[in-house]
Amino acid sequence: MKPFTYERAASVEAAAKAAASVQGARFIAGGTNLLDLMKLQVETPAHLVDVNHLGLDRIEKTEEGGLRIGALVRNTDLAADQTVRRDYAVLSRALVAGASGQLRNKATTGGNLLQRTRCPYFYDTRMPCNKRKPGSGCGAMQGMSRSLAILGVSDACIAQHPSDMAVAMRLLDAQVDTVGADGAKRSVPIADFHLLPGDTPDRETVLKAGEMITSVTLPKPIGGTHVYRKVRDRASYAFALVSVAAIFGEDGTARFAFGGIGAKPWRVAAADAAAKQGAKAVAEAALAGARTTHHNEFKRPLVERTLASLYRQQEARA
Amino acid sequence: MKFDTPAGINPIDKGRVVGIPHDRIDGAAKVTGTAPYAYERHDAAPNAAYGWIVGSAIATGRIAAMDLRAAESAPGVIGIVTHANAGKLGKGNMNTAPLLGGPQVDHYEQALALVIADTFENARAAAALVRIDYAAEDGKFDLAAERLNGVIPPEGFGGPADTKAGDFDTAFARAAVKVEQTYTTPDQSHAMMEPHATIAAWNGDKLTLWTSNQMIAWSVGEMAKTLGISKDNVRLVSPYIGGGFGAKLFLRADALLAALGAKQVGRPVKVAIARPQIPNNTTHRPATIQRIRLGADKDGVIDAIAHEVWSGDLPGGGAETAAQQTRLLYRGANRMTAHRLVTLNLPEGNAMRAPGEAVGLLALEVAMDELAEASGVDPVELRIRNDVQYDPEAGPQRPFSSRKLVECLRAGADRFGWAKRNPKPGQVRDGRWLVGMGMASAFRNNLVGKSGARIGVDAKGRIIVETDMTDIGTGSYTIIGQTAAEMLGVDLDQVTVRLGDSRFPVSAGSGGQWGANSSTAGVYAAAMALRAKLAEKAGYPADKAQFDDGLVKFGNQSQTLGALAGGEGIWAEDSMDYGDLDKRYAQATFGAHFCEVGVDMDTAEVRIRRMGGAFAAGRILNPKSARSQVIGAMTMGVGAALMEALDVDTRFGFFVNHDMAEYLVPVHADIPHQDVLFVDELDDKSSPMKAKGVGELGICGAGAAVANAIYNATGIRLRDYPLTIDKLLKAQAA
Repeated sequence: MKPFTYERAASVEAAAKAAASVQGARFIAGGTNLLDLMKLQVETPAHLVDVNHLGLDRIEKTEEGGLRIGALVRNTDLAADQTVRRDYAVLSRALVAGASGQLRNKATTGGNLLQRTRCPYFYDTRMPCNKRKPGSGCGAMQGMSRSLAILGVSDACIAQHPSDMAVAMRLLDAQVDTVGADGAKRSVPIADFHLLPGDTPDRETVLKAGEMITSVTLPKPIGGTHVYRKVRDRASYAFALVSVAAIFGEDGTARFAFGGIGAKPWRVAAADAAAKQGAKAVAEAALAGARTTHHNEFKRPLVERTLASLYRQQEARA
Repeated sequence: MKFDTPAGINPIDKGRVVGIPHDRIDGAAKVTGTAPYAYERHDAAPNAAYGWIVGSAIATGRIAAMDLRAAESAPGVIGIVTHANAGKLGKGNMNTAPLLGGPQVDHYEQALALVIADTFENARAAAALVRIDYAAEDGKFDLAAERLNGVIPPEGFGGPADTKAGDFDTAFARAAVKVEQTYTTPDQSHAMMEPHATIAAWNGDKLTLWTSNQMIAWSVGEMAKTLGISKDNVRLVSPYIGGGFGAKLFLRADALLAALGAKQVGRPVKVAIARPQIPNNTTHRPATIQRIRLGADKDGVIDAIAHEVWSGDLPGGGAETAAQQTRLLYRGANRMTAHRLVTLNLPEGNAMRAPGEAVGLLALEVAMDELAEASGVDPVELRIRNDVQYDPEAGPQRPFSSRKLVECLRAGADRFGWAKRNPKPGQVRDGRWLVGMGMASAFRNNLVGKSGARIGVDAKGRIIVETDMTDIGTGSYTIIGQTAAEMLGVDLDQVTVRLGDSRFPVSAGSGGQWGANSSTAGVYAAAMALRAKLAEKAGYPADKAQFDDGLVKFGNQSQTLGALAGGEGIWAEDSMDYGDLDKRYAQATFGAHFCEVGVDMDTAEVRIRRMGGAFAAGRILNPKSARSQVIGAMTMGVGAALMEALDVDTRFGFFVNHDMAEYLVPVHADIPHQDVLFVDELDDKSSPMKAKGVGELGICGAGAAVANAIYNATGIRLRDYPLTIDKLLKAQAA
C-alpha cells in the first residue's frame, strides 16, 4: 500500500469537488474491494475521500412509484429491505448470492457497481495486464482464463465483471444517479454506465473525474417471478461462473441478464425477445458474438443449461 | 524407555481419562483470543520492527541488478536484507531451494529481500520500491509434457521408489477382468488459517524465534545449519499454531528472514508471509499423474495390481509417493509400484496432509470402483474380498499389527444405508438433482517416532508436563493432559501442559499423523519414571504402588502426591524409543468412506448431501478431538475432489490463483452432516498407548468416495481432479 492522504467529506458536492481537485483521488465507501487492491498496489490512490457519512444510506419511494437506493446503503440492508424483497426480489436474491455476510455488511450499493474484475493477472502486479497497466499486454488470454468473460471482450482484455448485484440492477433497468465535480446532477441508465474494454480496458465506467454516485433508482415494479441463479464452483462465497437474473411474466414473456460471462453485466434485447421460444433460443441470442478460450468455452453450454434449469423451475411453478 | 515388545496391561487401560471425550483444554484461550500466536508476541519481544518479503517476479534465472536506493530512503525503513548482505548461508536438509534466493532464482515468489521498517505499512510500501532486474531463463513447468523424463527419486518417508512381488505382467495379461486407467491430481496448497509467521530476537549470539512451526527440533537444527551457528544458540517457541497441514513442518522464509533482519537492525523483527505469497513462496502438494492396472478373476479377486506415479519438483526435491497404499491395501500375488520424478521449476513441492495416500487413493479407489463395475461385484463386497491380513509384498511372515478394514466397511455400510444404493448409474432423481452414492476404503500408514517429555508434581499435587510437542489445532494439549492424568491418578483439570518450546524435551512433533500416539507414549515413559520416583519416596515397591485420587497407595497405606512432592517438587524425564515392531508388523490405520451427492441435471453443480465413515485407528485417545480431526480431513477430501487446484501458468511458471478468493476450499455451505464411527481397536504393537494416528486417515479416500458417488449419480467417470462443472459438462457432451 502506498501512503495516501484522507479526508472525510462534509457534503456530496464537497466530496465530488475534492475528488476532482486531487490527482489520483478515489472515493472510499465500504472499502471491501478498494482496500484489498491498495494493499496489493493494484490501485495506488494518492488521496481518499470518505463518503460514508453523507446521509446516502436511505431507501425511499420515488414519485414515479420506483425506489431510490442511496449509494451508501449496505448490501445486507438492501437485500433485507421489505420493499426490495417484495417488489424487486431478483435484486435481493442476487445480493445474498454474492460475497459473504461480513462483506455484505460493509459493501455498498454504489461501490458494488464499481467493483473491479477478479482476473488473477489483474491482481498480480508482476504480470502483464492492460487494465491495470495499459499497454503491458494481457496475461490471461493465453493463460488461465477459466473464470473470465466471453462477451464484450476485446483483443486487449477478457476480464469479467464480477458483481451479482449489478446483474440484477441491469435486469431492472436501474438508473445510476451522480453528482459531478461542478455540482451538476445526471442520471445514467445502467446499460450505458459500464464501458466495454475495447482498447482502453482501464476505463470501466462513464464516470468523469470527481463524479460521484449518489443513488441508484429503480423504475416502478413490473411484477412477475423473480429468480437469480448463480452457478459456481462451491456452494457459497465464490464468484459466478455463470449467473442468470430473470423475471418471468405471467404471459410467457421474460427478461434476462447475465453475470460471469460479460465484460460488464450482460443483457441483450434479442434474448428477451426470444423468451417464448425457450432456453436454447434465449442462450443463442444472449451469446451472439461470444468469444471463448480453451478454458472458458464451457460457459457457452452452461448459459443454456442454466436457462434450461430456470425454465424447468418456471414450468413447475406454473 | 524402549518399546520393543507388544504392550501388556498398563495404567492407560484403566480408561478413566484417556478414551473419554474431553473439551480441549486450550479451547477457552483460543476462542477468547487470549492464546497468543507467533505474530502477536509483543509481550515477549517488545519494540519489534516489521519485515516484508520481496518475492521473485520470475520462475528461474538470475538477478541482473538490484536497486535498493528508493526503498532505503523510503519513510521508516531501517534495513534491507538481501543475498548480498546476509552473509554466507547454508541450506536446511529439508529445504529444496534456498529460503533467501539470489543471485540465482529458483522459483517464482522465492524471497529475494526483506525490507524492514518501523511500521507494517512502511515496510510493505517500501518493499514495492525494491527494483530488481532479472536475467530470466527458460524453465520446465508442465508435468504432463515432462513425464517421459522422469527418473527414480531418492528414498524418503515413503520407502523405496519401486517395489515388486510375483510377476505382474504375466498375471495381468491372463486376468479375466481388467482395469487400466490414468488419473491426474493437481498441485494443492495447504491453505491453513494462520500464515507462516515469526518474531525473531537476538541476545548476543543467542537467537529466539516465536514462530508457527510443527517440528520444533527439526527447525532448530535447520536454522542452526542455515545460519552456521550452534543449535544451543537457537531457541524456538511455538505453543499455538493456527493450522499447518504440513506447510509448517519446515523452516521457512519468515523465520530465516526475521532472524537475519533482527541481526541487521539490532532489534526484534517480525515477518509473516502474506497470503498471496504463500502458494508460490512456500511448499505445496505436488501434482501427480497416476497409472493403475488391476487384474482380477471374474469374482473381482485381484491377482495383479500395479500403480505407477509421476510427479515433479525442483532439482534436488522429492516425489509424491502416491503408490504407498497400493503396496499394503489389497491382496494380489503379482504386483508392482513405481514412482518417477521429473524436474520442474515450479515452487517447491513437499508434504501436505497424508502425503502419498491422500492423492494415491483418489486414483486407486476410483480404479476399485471401476473394477467393481467391471466384475459386477458390489464395491463394499469387492474390498472385503480383497482384504489381506498381512503385507502382501512381504508375505504372511509380516502380518498387520491390527487391521479392521473389513469391520469398518461393514459397519460403515450399515450405518450409511449402503444397501439402498442403486448400482446402475443415473437412476435416482430428487427434483433437479441426480443422486448417487459412492464409497472408498481409507488407508494411512501408522508411523511412530521417538518422543520425550518431562513431567513433575508440585506441593499442591498438580501435574506439569513439558514437551516440545506442538498442537496444530489437533488437540495435542488435551491428549497429553489426559495421558498424564491417567498415569498419575488425577483429574484432567489437575494437569498443566506446556508445549512447543525447544527448551523442553524433544518430541516426535506434529506430522504424518504420528504426533498423537508418539507424543503421548513419550509422556507415558516420563510418567512411568515419575511414578517410580514417587513410589520410592513413599517407601512403596514401585511395581505395587497404585495411583488414584491424587494419592499413591500401597495396600491400605496412602500418601498424597503433593505431600510427597514437597516444596521442591519431583520431576522425571524420559522418552519413548522404538524397536523393530514396525518392521516385523505392518502398521496402518483403516476406514471406509461413504458419500451421497446430488448433481444438478442441467448445470452439473455437485453438492454433497451426506457423508459417513467408519475408522479403526487403535485406541481413540479423545473421541471428541479425534472426530474433529476426521471430519476436518473429510472436508479436505471434498475439497480435493471438487475444487482444490493450484492453476499452473506454464508460460510464466507460477501458480496463478494464489489467494483465498481464487484457490477454493470448501465452505460451510458445501459440507452437510458428517457421521463418524470409530471401530473399537487396541493396537498393542504400536505403543503402550495402543493408539495409532488418526489426523490424516479421514482425508484418505474421502475424495474418491465423492468421485464414485458422482459416477453413480450421473454415469460420468472423471479421472482428472478436481471434478469441476466444466469437466462434467464436457464429458456429458462427449
